[in-house]
Amino acid sequence: MKIKITTKELTSDFAKEVKERSGIDVKKCYQCGKCTAGCPVAYEMDYMPNQIIRFVQIGARKQALTSRTIWLCASCITCTTRCPKEVKIAELMDVLREMALEEGVANPMEKDITTFHEAFLNSVKKHGRISECGMIMEYKRKRPKAALKSALQDLSDGSHLMLKGKLSLAPHSIKGKDSIKRIFEKLG
Amino acid sequence: MSKKIGVFVCHCGTNISATVDVEKVAEEAKKNNPGVSYTTTYKYMCSDPGQKLLRDKIKEEGLDGVVVAACSPKMHEHTFRNASKKAGMNPYHVEISNLREQCSWVHPDKPTGTEKSVDLVRMMTEKTRKDKSLNPIKVPVTKRALVIGGGIAGIQAALDIADAGHEVIMVEREASIGGHMAQLSETFPTLDCSQCIMTPKMVELAQNENITLYTWSEIEAVDGYLGNFDVKIRKKARSVDLDLCTGCSSCWQVCPSKKIKSEFDMGLGKRTAIYIPFPQAIPSKPVLDREHCLLFKDARKKNIPPNDSKVCRKCLDICPIAPVKAIDYTQEDEIITEKIGAIVVATGYKELDDISMYGEYGGGKYKDVITGLQFERLASASGPSEGEIQRPSDGKVPEIIVFIQCVGSRDPAKGCSYCSKTCCMYTAKHTMLYKHKVHHGHAYVFYIDIRCPGKGYEEFSLRAIEEEGATYLRGRVSRVYKKGDKLVVLGADTLTGSVVEIEADMVVLASAMKAQDDAEKFAQKLSIQYDKDKFFSEIHPKLKPVESSSAGIFLAGTCQGPKDIPETVAQAGAAASKVLALLSADELEREPVVAKVDRLPAPIFSTCIGCFYCQRVCPYGAIESEDIKARDGSTIKTVARVNEGLCQGCGLCAATCRSKSVELAGFNDEQVYAEINSVEFN
Repeated sequence: MKIKITTKELTSDFAKEVKERSGIDVKKCYQCGKCTAGCPVAYEMDYMPNQIIRFVQIGARKQALTSRTIWLCASCITCTTRCPKEVKIAELMDVLREMALEEGVANPMEKDITTFHEAFLNSVKKHGRISECGMIMEYKRKRPKAALKSALQDLSDGSHLMLKGKLSLAPHSIKGKDSIKRIFEKLG
Repeated sequence: MSKKIGVFVCHCGTNISATVDVEKVAEEAKKNNPGVSYTTTYKYMCSDPGQKLLRDKIKEEGLDGVVVAACSPKMHEHTFRNASKKAGMNPYHVEISNLREQCSWVHPDKPTGTEKSVDLVRMMTEKTRKDKSLNPIKVPVTKRALVIGGGIAGIQAALDIADAGHEVIMVEREASIGGHMAQLSETFPTLDCSQCIMTPKMVELAQNENITLYTWSEIEAVDGYLGNFDVKIRKKARSVDLDLCTGCSSCWQVCPSKKIKSEFDMGLGKRTAIYIPFPQAIPSKPVLDREHCLLFKDARKKNIPPNDSKVCRKCLDICPIAPVKAIDYTQEDEIITEKIGAIVVATGYKELDDISMYGEYGGGKYKDVITGLQFERLASASGPSEGEIQRPSDGKVPEIIVFIQCVGSRDPAKGCSYCSKTCCMYTAKHTMLYKHKVHHGHAYVFYIDIRCPGKGYEEFSLRAIEEEGATYLRGRVSRVYKKGDKLVVLGADTLTGSVVEIEADMVVLASAMKAQDDAEKFAQKLSIQYDKDKFFSEIHPKLKPVESSSAGIFLAGTCQGPKDIPETVAQAGAAASKVLALLSADELEREPVVAKVDRLPAPIFSTCIGCFYCQRVCPYGAIESEDIKARDGSTIKTVARVNEGLCQGCGLCAATCRSKSVELAGFNDEQVYAEINSVEFN
């Protein structure tokens, strides 16, 4: 896919915006590629992690926010740990995910992942922690195709976990549930 | 009397012994060779105990010839000759058999390596048998140095030599010393003002009593040899008497020709016909540009002497010097000759200014596509815009500026494959200077690699990106074209695989450092070698970096290759120290490995027939002609003679001579044939 970068992108404030939101200064990156070299999921990505940083550096907002990469990142933080210039790459992916959702430009191919994130957060919001079954149910309801695909595996894995008492149908609550709620309210 | 020869075979660690059976070589050297009275092997012959072994054995065994079978003679011939000298032997009876570079390193297996080594040692043994004692040639030294070029390299070298108490003559072809460094705005990586660190040095040079400065002068010819050069200097007609002129500035203020492109401002500023190149010029006395002066133009047109033209004599009229005015239209070039002991060549570089060869960048076509040095002048407080960054076409402050690196460097298709070394750093500096002056501006740099291998350089270039906010894009620009009042730059960012298109206000080309236009001619004048890019060649890239191929001529600064200011100053200091070493002796010793044209008793006098083929092939200009005269003064015959001071012992003359009248000491025919025969008939 041919990408064209013009004066518009180059003079935009994308990198500045990212820095203001997250404190991450992408200018520090000198494109050595160590993040990409150590990334366990790079093989699945459409753009390598260093290229995502590069997009931010040169103001290529569209490419960065619509990339599949930001959703495939497993936040294992190997990149951040190893970066010689101490750029927080995994954290950068987080910010880009937020921005993509806010702007409604998240890559539709990764709808499964965004829905999973939503279900996860909804569960935490509701119970103060995740309720595995509740979360899975919400996710499956919203993504029936994905649900069908993994139905058999879910049944076998789920029953094992349930027999060992690791998975309960009813949600557990935690003590500071109200505090968690307030956090969510505060963040909007 | 046959010689007693000792053969010392070196293991060189395992460099030689891994591929050559050194013990066998030593053993074979003795076999059927009655001359060889002693052989041994040693792990490192060049080490202190190795040299001691050599010295001891010379004495104990009474050796009068030595073959050291080790590495290349370039490496350690000197070492072993010195060692044998200490043991009381004439050092020219030591021969080196090269078992390392020419045998063990190039042969894969031991049997062939050993066989060849045996041959090599035998050859050298035969040569040693015919070695004659030679004594170093002594040449007198004129204790005065010549520095050619008045840039930072020349200034540093001249000051260093003069401070040590020797006379220095500096020749600069421009009207002022200072060179390119005086043109720079700031210098990396400290961003200190170039003028502030340069002008005090220029003043120091002008005031140094040991230095005679000839500006607006060029080297006409260099004759002679190490320690005894005769240099002809052309003092070009300046039309101003430097002794009378006080530099009052009246003349250039009244000069009516005010629109001549200033060379110092790289064509961006204007100057008058009588002018000083820049305010801090040294000498701060003007020169009259006869090409553009109205008076001289008129005189040329009418074909009359300039003094007869009455078109404009404003500068002469206003000159306040009395009774004789300092301006003299009739002045002519003057040629002076100086005796010189050693020469420092510091003629510098030339910026690639023919940017029209980069038509795709609009070089030479668009006014707002400028070179690196032009940008320096724009940014300089003494420049045409007094330091404000304005684009040349309309004086607008550029909001978007694009820098293109490697213009004329690393571009084999354009005939320039080398890296100019300084552009990465000066471009980083340019982005900073720009951002310091245009805070809201955007600076983009297209690069292939960012090369900053110097103290504080990496940090400097990262500062341009991280702190000053220059955006670096990895890729060469393919095209620059005009769209309205913008310049559209088409490039790439290979890190993302994107095509990049920037609408810029100004484009700066990081133009290459090239050799001076006349470098080739100049090198021939001095009989020094130059490389494929016309930069002058040092003898050895690592171990003799300031020595030119001619003895007594040293190189400093960018005439030898692209380099930055710190490196130039260091090299100038090195060249000066080499000059001082030469000038510190009253007589110089030279290797006696020189050619000689035979001289015989009457009536033959010499077998030389005077064809002077040798003169034509000699790269050092060492062959002279000599008239052999009868008692009555009449010439009997004209024959060749070798100037021992100039001869470098290359042997071209000996090989060329048709009458076999030239012999190279230490490599005469008898010795070379002995070597060859020892292989053929065994």
